[in-house]
Parts: sequence; C-alpha cells; structure tokens
Amino acid sequence: MAPPRWREGNGTGKSVVGTARSLGWFSIGLGLAEVAMPRRLARMIGMDEDDSSRNILFAYGLREIATGVAILTSERPTGAVWARVGGDVLDLATLGRAMADDDSNRGRLTAATAAVLGVAALDLFTGRRLSRDGERDTMARGGAGVESGIRVSETVTIARPREEVYRFWRDFTNLPRFMEHLEAVQVLDDRRSHWRARAPAGSSVEWDAELIEDQPNERISWRSVQEADVANTGTVRFQVAPGNRGTEIHVSLRYDPPAGRLGALVAKLFGEEPSEQVKGDLRRLKQVLETGEVVHSDASVHPGLHPAQPSAAPATRESER
Amino acid sequence: MKANCWMGKKKVEVRDVPDPKILNSRDAIVRVTSTAICGSDLHLYNGFIPTMERGDVLGHEFMGEVVETGSGVKNLKVGDRVVVPFPIACGACNMCQRDLFSLCENSNPNAWIAEKLMGHSPAGLFGYSHMLGGYAGGQAEYARVPFADVGPIKVNGLPDEQVLFLSDIFPTGYMGAEMCNIQPGDVIAVWGCGPVGQFAIASAKLLGAERVIAIDRFPYRLRMAAEKAGATETINYEQESVLERLLELTGGRGPDACIDAVGMEAHGHAAIYAYDRAKQALMLESDRPIALREAIMACRPGGVLSVIGVYGGFIDKFPMGPLMNKSLTVRTGQTHVQRYLRPLLDRIERGEIDPSFVITHRLRLEEASEGFEMFLHKRDNCEKVVLTA
Repeated sequence: MAPPRWREGNGTGKSVVGTARSLGWFSIGLGLAEVAMPRRLARMIGMDEDDSSRNILFAYGLREIATGVAILTSERPTGAVWARVGGDVLDLATLGRAMADDDSNRGRLTAATAAVLGVAALDLFTGRRLSRDGERDTMARGGAGVESGIRVSETVTIARPREEVYRFWRDFTNLPRFMEHLEAVQVLDDRRSHWRARAPAGSSVEWDAELIEDQPNERISWRSVQEADVANTGTVRFQVAPGNRGTEIHVSLRYDPPAGRLGALVAKLFGEEPSEQVKGDLRRLKQVLETGEVVHSDASVHPGLHPAQPSAAPATRESER
Repeated sequence: MKANCWMGKKKVEVRDVPDPKILNSRDAIVRVTSTAICGSDLHLYNGFIPTMERGDVLGHEFMGEVVETGSGVKNLKVGDRVVVPFPIACGACNMCQRDLFSLCENSNPNAWIAEKLMGHSPAGLFGYSHMLGGYAGGQAEYARVPFADVGPIKVNGLPDEQVLFLSDIFPTGYMGAEMCNIQPGDVIAVWGCGPVGQFAIASAKLLGAERVIAIDRFPYRLRMAAEKAGATETINYEQESVLERLLELTGGRGPDACIDAVGMEAHGHAAIYAYDRAKQALMLESDRPIALREAIMACRPGGVLSVIGVYGGFIDKFPMGPLMNKSLTVRTGQTHVQRYLRPLLDRIERGEIDPSFVITHRLRLEEASEGFEMFLHKRDNCEKVVLTA
C-alpha cells in the first residue's frame, strides 16, 4: 500500500516540486538559525529578547527543521507543505501577540510579518498545486479514498533474538510499557483485548481490538472492532537482521483521529507528530528489551522542558511504573 | 547539594539544587571527590552547542565514592571509589557490543533531537545539552550515574589527580593517537596543546611514534608539550608558517598522521579567522574548522587525519579535493572511553605516564565560574582546572 508515487515528469509537476524543495531548504536554514541563535533572531525580528521568546523560537526552529526534512525526503511533499502553511499561521499569530507587547520593536515586527506573509502565499500556492495534482494522480489510478486516515510506518533494530521480540509484543499487556499514550491493555480472550489510551486535555479513549493475524515470529496484525473512538489497525513484522544484529521490527499503523486530518495537523504543530510518536515508542521498546527498562535522564522524566538537574520529586520513576 | 549550573552564554553559577536520586535500576549515586573543566565545556560556555537550558548542571569529567546503588548494579558497592566515563553506554546494544560506546543506541532519551541534526543520535553524555540526553553533570557534590554496571571503573590506591582524567581527556588523546595506526618511523603532528592535545602527544609517544610535532600559539602550552608530554618539536603558528615548517621537519613528506585536537572554535591567522568568525556569527556555518583545513593540507599522501576536537554542526570551505586526491583516511568520533579504562589504568599503575602533569589550577567547586573564565582566557598560564567539592 505504498502511497502514490510522485512522478516529476507529468505536466506542471516539475516546477511545483522544485518550489517545494526550495521551501524545504528554506525551512531547514531558518530552523537551524532559530535553534542555534534564538535570542539573536528574536532581536532581529523585533521580539522582546526574554526567555519565552527564546523558547518559542527554539521550538519553532525544531518544527521548521522537521518540516524541511519531511519536504526534502518525501516523494510527494504535499502534507509537509501544508504543514508549512499551518506553521505560517502559528508564526503570524506569534508575531501578532508580540505586536501587543510593549517591549517589542514594532518596525521590525512589521517587516518580519510582511516577510512571513510573502512566504505564506508561496506555501499556500505550492500546497494547492501539489494537492490538485495529487488528486488527479490518485483519480487516474482509480484509487480515490486511499488517502483517508493517517498512516505511519516506522522501523527499529533490536539486538535480541526474533522469538523473544515476537513473544514480548504478542503479549499485548506489555505494550503500555513502551507506548507512551497507552495506559493499559487487558486481554479478554484468544483474539480480543481491551485498550485504554491517554487523549489530549486529560481525557482518555478506550476500544476493543481483535487479532486478525498471528504468524509466530513473523507477523502480528490487529484492528479495532466497530464503534471505536479512534478506529485503528496495525501490523508488526519481525525480521532477522543480518550478521547477528538481532531483529528488525517494521510497524505500520493506520488510524482515523477524532478530528480527522485537521486534528492530525494541529497535533503535528504541537509536537505530537504521529510518526515521531511511533518512533519514540519503538525507541522505548528497544530500551526495554536491550537494557531492561525505559532509560531516563534528569530532564526526560519531566513532561516538556526542564533543566538537566535532579528534581525534588521525579514525575515518573521506572520502579513505580 | 551544590552544583555548577549553566545560566546562559558566558555565565555559570554554583547553585543549590536537589540531590540526585536513583531513576533506573542500573543507576548509582556517586559523591564527587574531584571533577574538572573540559575544553569542550567552553563550547557550552560560549553558547555554540544548541539545546542548553538555564539551570543545566555541567561537567562530564568526574570521580568519587559510590553512596547508593540501584537494584540492578551488582559489581559496585557503597564505598567503592570510581572514575566515571563521560559517554553513557548500556553495554547491550549493537554499538556497545562492538565496543563503540560513545554511539550507544539506548542512552539518549532525547535521541529525536540529535536525529534531526545528524541523522542518527550518538550516546547520551553527562552535562552536555538536551540534544545529548539532558543528563545532569558531575560538577556537583553528587551525581547520578546511569548504567553504573557498565561504565565506572574502580580505582584503589592512586590519588584522584592521577586517575581523574581517565573520565575523558586521557582516553580521548589516546584514541586520537591510536586512530593514527602508528608504524615505526612515523612522524605525528598534533594541532592544539590544550589538555587533550597534551595526551594525544604523550599517547603517540607511548604508541611508538618516531617524532611528535606540537602546534599551538601559547608558548606555555608548547613548553608543556615539549617538557612534559614528550613533543620532539613545537611550532608556534603565530610566528611561523605551519605548512612550511612541517615540510621542512619531514623532508618534504608531510606528517604521516595529523591529529586535530582543536575542534569547532579554532583560532588562526587574521584573514581566515575573520572569515570563519564572521560566517559563524551570521549563522552561515556553525564551526570554525581552521586547524582541520590546515591538517588536511599538511598531511602526507596516504596518511591519516585523526579528528578528536569537538565539532557541533556544519563547516564550509572544506578541502575535499586535497583529502580525496591525497587518499587520506579520516578517523574520528567521541571517545569510546569504556574500552580504554582498564588498559590506560594499567599504564598509570605501571608508571608509564602520570596524567596529573596537565593540572595547573586547583579550585573549590564554589569557584567554578572563576575557573571557566581563567581557562577561557588562558589567564595565569591556565592549562587544566580541577575542582574539588
């Protein structure tokens, strides 16, 4: 089920992809600047040079780099270009708020706002062209509707035997040990299990899942049964890595978030990018299987930014999980 | 406890912070008896490494006494005296299994940030940015040491000052020399006579180099290289042309291997320094590779370029043509300290080297800020600052 390939040769596509690539490089350049010198940049665009400006610009820098990399590495960067449009909206909102701040330099802010508006127009234009061409492409292949829901594929290599890795995953009650958003999985019978996950704003979602494929040491697939809050399906493949390197795990997930693609886009802007989430989960799985537990640093036990120093009361301790 | 915290560019401050606790079963808590300021701490101090947060506890060269162990630590007990390697490594992943400890795949909880900038993440390090883990460092009264069953080495008998540098700079200099694959008759040139450069020079001698040429601009550092580390010749690049002098000293061949023990904040002659400094300020390149460029130009065809100076990001005007056409071998990396602890401790115990020769200043932990200033500006012939709690 590979996404439709972007063919550079067809019609108007070529120059649009070229523009998208330039936007990708622009994202990376701006992102590196924001990450490396947030204070200097804050001054340049007229924002107050306090800590909050610095933190905002730093976070935006990471966002820009991620978007840029996504544009440059995807064959058809439609989604990533739309993520840039979303980013522009966020940038404009931030500049608008800074405008109201007495410590800001309004002349510089106006210039920066004009620059963002210019880039936003280009992003919007490129995004629309890519979407239109993409739809035409999909229609031509008779595959309308293939794009519904969110798909994520990630992979990791774990230095443990395939049987062990398979067994660990096959016991679904182990999943919350490394899947950050999962609170608990309860096995109901041979095929069915009940899953509970954390959702934004302190709420939680629950659903029943059924096993639809179980080839020992090879492959496990599951899907949510009807009326799930978040309809989802997943497959995990286990493959022996060459030369005694252990086991390659290939995970692919598809789900329909409650608010559809818009919800996913908003989540992306605030760092809950689905592929990053799955990548993080696989990293924690690797830690659990190779070292025995999820590895913590002084900062990582806290949600969000925290200085790398011991805290009086760690938020999560492995021994308490 | 007291800990030296990064409070912004050019600002460190010893502050009261909570005592560390066991967070993972393979942790140990160490009461720090000696810790040092590293040249790479100056990159943090000068604000060149991204993802630092105000309040981060600094320090990755430290040793002390075990005061608490997690349930998974069987090889250490309370009261053991240990030196702690600066990279944090699990011992179980594919990289650790191949002795590439500074590339541990499990020790950086913030690997996703490093992956964005480098493609893959290296190991987590103590007190060295959030991109490399967000671990509190060892310039403190106590430190939490993850994977204490893999990293720390027990030391008995020898004073702190002789074994402290096993944590970083001695193995780092040693790995720099080892990567040169030194053969009988080889001449090795070392750029930078800071503490790591001194150990690269001493290690090249230990590994059988015929001659070692030391390059720097501070006469006191060149003097230490010649008198203590064993350099056979020295070059002050502010007084003579490095390339010409190296050719002259090697009969036109060039050094068989060149070690860059300088890294991203190199100094150099006015024009090229101004060029790189300006590009760095304008964020067009993140690192100033002046020593690296010179080493490539100087190196004998077919020779080895060994890079142990720290680089953070991107460089420009990189002489790829000379590197390719002269068939140079590039070897580099953060030090895989764990693999050198035992053999280098043996060398110290046998009296082949006394690493304390680099120490010029001994301060109290509370005076860390003064130590950073002194080290940065090379005041009072400062080479290496050791802090004691």
